[in-house]
Amino acid sequence: MSVTDVNQPRETISRRPEASKIPPWAWDAWRIVSSVAVTLLGLLALTFFIGRMLPIDPVIAIVGEQADASTYDMVYKQLGLDKPLYVQFLYFMGDMLRGEFGNALFTGNKVSADLMRVFPATIELATIAITIGVFVGIPIGVLAAVYRGSPIDHFARIIGLLGYSVPTFWSGLMGLVLFYAILGWVGGPGRLDVFYIDIVDRVTGLLLVDALIAGEWEVFQNAVSHIVLPASILSFNAIAFISRLTRSFMLAQLSQEYILAARVKGLSKWKVIRKHAFRNIAVQLLTIVALAYAILLEGAVVTETVFAWPGFGRYLVSGLLAGDMNAVLACVLIVGIIFVSINLICDLLYRILDPRTK
Amino acid sequence: MTTAIEPGKGGLRAYLTAEVSNSPTQASLQRLYFGCRRFAENPLAMIGLGILVVLLLVAIFAPLIAPFPMNEQNLGRRLLPPSGAHWFGTDELGRDIFSRVVYGSRITLQITLLVASIAAPIGLLVGTVSGYFGGWTDTVLMRITDIFLSFPGLILALAFVAALGPGIRNAVIAIALTVWPPIARLARAETLTVRSSDYIAAIRAQGAPAWRIVVKHVMPMCLSSVIIRITLNMAGIILTAAALGFLGLGAQPPMPEWGAMLSTGRQYLLGSWFLAAAPGIAILVVSLGFNLFGDGLRDVLDPRDE
Repeated sequence: MSVTDVNQPRETISRRPEASKIPPWAWDAWRIVSSVAVTLLGLLALTFFIGRMLPIDPVIAIVGEQADASTYDMVYKQLGLDKPLYVQFLYFMGDMLRGEFGNALFTGNKVSADLMRVFPATIELATIAITIGVFVGIPIGVLAAVYRGSPIDHFARIIGLLGYSVPTFWSGLMGLVLFYAILGWVGGPGRLDVFYIDIVDRVTGLLLVDALIAGEWEVFQNAVSHIVLPASILSFNAIAFISRLTRSFMLAQLSQEYILAARVKGLSKWKVIRKHAFRNIAVQLLTIVALAYAILLEGAVVTETVFAWPGFGRYLVSGLLAGDMNAVLACVLIVGIIFVSINLICDLLYRILDPRTK
Repeated sequence: MTTAIEPGKGGLRAYLTAEVSNSPTQASLQRLYFGCRRFAENPLAMIGLGILVVLLLVAIFAPLIAPFPMNEQNLGRRLLPPSGAHWFGTDELGRDIFSRVVYGSRITLQITLLVASIAAPIGLLVGTVSGYFGGWTDTVLMRITDIFLSFPGLILALAFVAALGPGIRNAVIAIALTVWPPIARLARAETLTVRSSDYIAAIRAQGAPAWRIVVKHVMPMCLSSVIIRITLNMAGIILTAAALGFLGLGAQPPMPEWGAMLSTGRQYLLGSWFLAAAPGIAILVVSLGFNLFGDGLRDVLDPRDE
């Protein structure tokens, strides 16, 4: 979550042997693939380790306390607990890589099926939130940098500080009281009002899209009224993050001589900012936005709980409260994989889009 | 430059502002003095400091400040809105919310300090060992650090709490396990700059064992930046702890932990909003305090940003 990490250059893992005949792109590709493989292995090992820390006996969790010794032994063997730890880890790895997360005891379904069901709700929420974050955060950041030290800059600073300090579960609850209970501007918890549920067929799982596909305008409106508040609350942190970094990127550009040169040439202030400064920070911004999107997943855990939003975060919390490790580990692993992938995509985008890295 | 204008006080000021320092002690005291002065010139940082001082005082003198004992129930006076007798109202069991928020400051402070005092040594150890020895040790340790970093903090903390079981002690351990990796990175970077310096070479030439060099000569050099870093992380620690409490996985009722109080307040939200309002504002103010303080600290110690 910290801001400073973003600016630090990534370290290269190993240097290409000078004399070798391996072409640079192949070396880069190998480096990336091996680093991703090692990280993935690490993610699996960490989740495996967390699963083993459990104070609950996994056999008893399945067969119950009253089971006799032979049933216990049978399940014990079935779970592979009699094998050495590294064999267990290999089994675990195989299961996870095939997407076999086992059954979620608290829903009675396969975890993979559950995840397919809940993920679109989170994607929808996070996408709206990041859109708000981008369209509010970037202009604030740019203005704060251009009018440095002015009231706009102070306002941006306050927004940034609040975004990092407000507990989203609290702002969510207060938002519900104010905008739902008192003012009645938005829909309440959940994705829809009760009487709109199940009108629209599930195609993508993204309710807004599904409602449009079905041509159900009323359902769409209702869904919008339900998503506005949680998405805004969720986006607050992203606004803080994006505006703060936009400001510092922009300041770094504005102090450079090419900006002055462009101004001396007679270009207008905003033309210079738009065509020169902003273009130079665009790639940096893209990676920041991707990172903010990943961080939103973390915020979603709390926001979804507050708004009874039937997404991934709420699923994880329900799994946690039910002590259902299959569900929890699958969620944690998937978030880890999403995080790693987003970081990787950012890295690649940087290489491809920014000619300065070549 | 020792023209003492006022005796006593002026002498000290002259000592601190002298252009030429006569001893290492004076030099470091001067640096501290100018650092404090720069910090004091930043109003936002001073507000942050003020909030933290108030938090500390409230936590220390909680029994004197709170008008009621934190768990005193009075079912005849439940869910009362804020009034002169109950500043923040009363909760579902008729307990005074103001008193509970006041006592809650102790829990928040304890959690933050405990997390910091667990995470900082782990990060320091991993980082310095990794940086000093390099090679395979470095690769393995930094890989492990990266893996911890590839989970968002709250999710990882949730996973550890799931494994360890809910409760405040386990919440502290879980949060600490998510806080150490950036500190290890930082300590490693510091170690790398220190490692090749002459004084380390001199100690090594005298035959000091590696562990002694790491513990006695490298770690102290990394300490200040680690402390600053953990201060910057405090707000995040508070928010994570409160989030765990809110989700029912951290501190458990009847403990007056702010996150857990919010969680109960949620059930009475529409009728009695003040149940959730007060502890939330407390979390907001304290984490804002840490953020302001940390920002100010960074500006003083690392003027690159400005």
